Amino acid sequence: MINAILVFNNHGKPRLVRFYQHLAEEVQQQIIRETFHLVLKRDDHICNFLECGSLFGGSDYKLIYRHYATLYFVFCVDSSESELGILDLIQVFVETLDKCFENVCELDLIFHMDKVHHILQEVVIGGMVLETNMNEIVAQVEAQSKLEKAEGGLSAAPSRAVSAVKNINLPEIPRNINIGDINIKVPNLSQFM
Amino acid sequence: MPAVSKGDGMRGLAVFISDIRNCKSKEAEIKRINKELANIRSKFKGDKALDGYSKKKYVCKLLFIFLLGHDIDFGHMEAVNLLSSNRYTEKQIGYLFISVLVNSNSELIRLINNAIKNDLASRNPTFMGLALHCIANVGSREMAEAFAGEIPKILVAGDTMDSVKQSAALCLLRLYRTSPDLVPMGDWTSRVVHLLNDQHLGVVTAATSLITTLAQKNPEEFKTSVSLAVSRLSRIVTSASTDLQDYTYYFVPAPWLSVKLLRLLQCYPPPEDPAVRGRLTECLETILNKAQEPPKSKKVQHSNAKNAVLFEAISLIIHHDSEPNLLVRACNQLGQFLQHRETNLRYLALESMCTLASSEFSHEAVKTHIETVINALKTERDVSVRQRAVDLLYAMCDRSNAQQIVAEMLNYLETADYSIREEIVLKVAILAEKYAVDYTWYVDTILNLIRIAGDYVSEEVWYRVIQIVINRDDVQGYAAKTVFEALQAPACHENLVKVGGYILGEFGNLIAGDPRSSPLIQFNLLHSKFHLCSVPTRALLLSTYIKFVNLFPEIKTTIQDVLRSDSQLKNADVELQQRAVEYLRLSTIASTDILATVLEEMPPFPERESSILAKLKKKKGPGTVTDLEEIKKERSSDMNGSAEPASVNASAVSTPSPSADLLGLGAAPLTNSAPPPSSSGSLLVDVFSDSASAVAPLAPGSDDNFASPDLASSEVVSEEPADTVHDADELFHKFVCKNNGVLFENQLLQIGLKSEFRQNLGRMFIFYGNKTSTQFLNFTPTVICSDDLQSSLNLQTKPVDPTVDGGAQVQQVVNIECVSDFMEAPILNIQFRYGGTFQNLSVKLPITLNKFFQPTEMSSQDFFQRWKQLSNPKQEVQNIFKAKHPMDAEITKAKIIGFGSALLEEVDPNPANFVGAGIIHTKTTQIGCLLRLEPNLQAQMYRLTLRTSKEAVSQRLCELLSEQF
Repeated sequence: MINAILVFNNHGKPRLVRFYQHLAEEVQQQIIRETFHLVLKRDDHICNFLECGSLFGGSDYKLIYRHYATLYFVFCVDSSESELGILDLIQVFVETLDKCFENVCELDLIFHMDKVHHILQEVVIGGMVLETNMNEIVAQVEAQSKLEKAEGGLSAAPSRAVSAVKNINLPEIPRNINIGDINIKVPNLSQFM
Repeated sequence: MPAVSKGDGMRGLAVFISDIRNCKSKEAEIKRINKELANIRSKFKGDKALDGYSKKKYVCKLLFIFLLGHDIDFGHMEAVNLLSSNRYTEKQIGYLFISVLVNSNSELIRLINNAIKNDLASRNPTFMGLALHCIANVGSREMAEAFAGEIPKILVAGDTMDSVKQSAALCLLRLYRTSPDLVPMGDWTSRVVHLLNDQHLGVVTAATSLITTLAQKNPEEFKTSVSLAVSRLSRIVTSASTDLQDYTYYFVPAPWLSVKLLRLLQCYPPPEDPAVRGRLTECLETILNKAQEPPKSKKVQHSNAKNAVLFEAISLIIHHDSEPNLLVRACNQLGQFLQHRETNLRYLALESMCTLASSEFSHEAVKTHIETVINALKTERDVSVRQRAVDLLYAMCDRSNAQQIVAEMLNYLETADYSIREEIVLKVAILAEKYAVDYTWYVDTILNLIRIAGDYVSEEVWYRVIQIVINRDDVQGYAAKTVFEALQAPACHENLVKVGGYILGEFGNLIAGDPRSSPLIQFNLLHSKFHLCSVPTRALLLSTYIKFVNLFPEIKTTIQDVLRSDSQLKNADVELQQRAVEYLRLSTIASTDILATVLEEMPPFPERESSILAKLKKKKGPGTVTDLEEIKKERSSDMNGSAEPASVNASAVSTPSPSADLLGLGAAPLTNSAPPPSSSGSLLVDVFSDSASAVAPLAPGSDDNFASPDLASSEVVSEEPADTVHDADELFHKFVCKNNGVLFENQLLQIGLKSEFRQNLGRMFIFYGNKTSTQFLNFTPTVICSDDLQSSLNLQTKPVDPTVDGGAQVQQVVNIECVSDFMEAPILNIQFRYGGTFQNLSVKLPITLNKFFQPTEMSSQDFFQRWKQLSNPKQEVQNIFKAKHPMDAEITKAKIIGFGSALLEEVDPNPANFVGAGIIHTKTTQIGCLLRLEPNLQAQMYRLTLRTSKEAVSQRLCELLSEQF
């Protein structure tokens, strides 16, 4: 079972957090911090698995992570999951994000938090893997978008808003993000195995 | 076209997020967030009804604030309201908020459940999907109560859409995990199994996850899944890479499903049906063959997916542990991975090989990789990989390579990461002890350990070396010489001073003949470390000094001078001061003979399981396969030819006994059961350990230590005391499930017991209390064993003082060793004179076979597998009897645990039944025992079934346990 899915950037800022066991808010934040420190000190070419000690209150858990450009994707799983299988799953998730957002970048995760959650929901529910077939996942997400469009009620939001905001704030963005790295294009992904 | 169009954002949200990101400080951020929270709160509270768009926007803001690590304590109600909206977008965001933020105990659950119920009934697959996802994500008990009956119906209904089926399967799995009791098994189970044949691979994947979890708890119900899983797997494995279309991942057909199917098969033993078995073997061979084929793609995803399947196949081969051919191939494959350039694969190969090392078919094959593994230890850059290498070396260690492996581990220890040092120390200590042919090597190894990693050497380790040196006279001289030499290093670890002090205090005389280690030199050497040590070590050294007074009378005055010095006699630490004062007095007034008796050499410690092993198990958790499996091998080879099935044997060690004390010193029972006579007692006992008699004269007030409160308050006291021998049976039976209490009582005498058992050894303290105010004279308790019993039970008693003063209590220790299984109980006969009359009485002493039980935890599947193995009619004894006591489940559980076996929860398909498992340890053999107790409340009857490998044992245990209910 997957206990938690954490995505944070190179500075440890959480970008997507999903716990599948109930933990108090402080504990969640503690886990995010500790996980960040655990993976941060590992360089890119060593093993993608590590024991997380007592982080989740048992020795049975492992952290399985991948590092894409500015983001770390960390899955905390118990021994019933295959390590390489989870690595594949992370890849599937990221590739799906990439398809849904077209060249997904960290900002997409920030500004479309709800969408990212909905996409994740098509891959993992309740800590269990729902679907691994990317086309199927994308089809589901597209169906959702269609429904949203059909309802149309939300189009009140000017569609240029986000890009406008992105541009307006460009000078400040480098505080967190290295612009050159923002794109986590799939063709570049594999080199970070 | 992207599925999410980027322009669809919400302006207010984007502005808020940008604001936050522009905050220059944490304070500014918090300020901005508080402002926003206030804004949202007022919007929610305001009279103006919010439209869906605004609600969605605010909920998104709250989610973002939550992500930043701030608690959200409002908005829940608004989210719940969104659930009942008819608009998809509003419903969706409502469910998202609830899945992320609502605690499973929230009082809103009822409202949420209502909304879910409506959506499930809507027959709208999108809404059903949202509702199911929410149940799976929250998974609370209330949800299980509301929906556990409904979801199986959705899952197996013919007209349910595939995507809903997938969600329903996982939803049910989640509910089963949180509240297994609320998910009723029923006709749906067989239909779920048939989902393995479903057209849609996504449905099959979800169903496989569900079945795997259910099958672990209910193997019988889901047995048919084995053949279906095998045929499904076979179809995938043999398919061309394009057959499965979308489920082909980087040229690997349905890797995720293959992994899941292989996991499911690991819930079961190898299939019995030869056709199925053959087909499975074929699959496994094909997977192994494919590993050798050239890759179809250079992408790492391709090899990743392929290897995920391969590793799972290897796990299954190891789990079955029945096809030597496959095991050896698996081992070779892992051997290749050990040298692979991918760190991940090296890591996994080391991990899998650890379990492989425990199979007798492949142990030798694993050993051939020793050089590679040692190399990994030296060169891997990643500590998690090095850790796996240590584990594997430990698992592959046996007599033939122990010296090499221990040496390499010691080498590595010098540079090892701090996080794993303690574990390595424990492993080295265990291996050194287990495979020591030559105990000088053992002593050297442990001293090296202390030298290299003194801070990580726990007490268990240095206690153990002392225990072993004391028990083996062939190594004592060497040990004394070695510690003496080691102590000469200018800086040595305090643990070394402890070991050195203890060993020289016992055996310093063995090297005193050499002028380089004369008594005075030994003393000066130790004393030069004294001031650098902590209080407990100094206390130990003081005891060494008083032992020296006895060993080396020629330096007595030097030692007395030291004891007399102000820094000792007036030491601020009360413990040190007391020792100095008492030892000084002892050395001054006691005659040589008395000194020789009081300070005599330590008697050997009783042999028992290494406490270090217990510590390692505790550290790694009982589930660690590596070390435990390894021991299983060790044991089964030690006792080859023993009749019991190896599998039962393995479980003997797979559960650390809950009572196994970490100390492992022989002194433990003494210090534990009799309260230390004075504050100084505990440390003294540490040092003098087993020699209780030696402590007594040193310790004031040792005669009042019997007033053990638990005896006085024991519920047995209030019962009708048994007057004669034969009526004592009932009290006797009470002791079957407990170890302490009053065994006998009449007007004159009370007999209390405290006992503890470990493996095949035990120790019983018998307390005789004189209830009168008159002395008992010629008080002689004797333990009598029949001839039969003598051969299977070794009892040693120490004589007690023949006079027992009025109101006083005396204690007698019985050391017990169970040689083989036995039926009867020994008799305790007591004779004494009281006021001129001669008293003679006998009681059965409650030393029963079940005392040598060690509980064994096992899964339902293991239990029934073993249960089946013991199906010979002679191995089973059954008794059907009327309940003698009220039939209370909790009391019954307590009794089964008290009886000594493990109580296995959720093993028996009928939750009203009780099952237990354990191992009876005798000196000659170990007997695996399984028991099952089926209460019948209507009839007020029980049926008790015992299965063990030995008829007499089944018989005796059944007799004993039948009396308890």
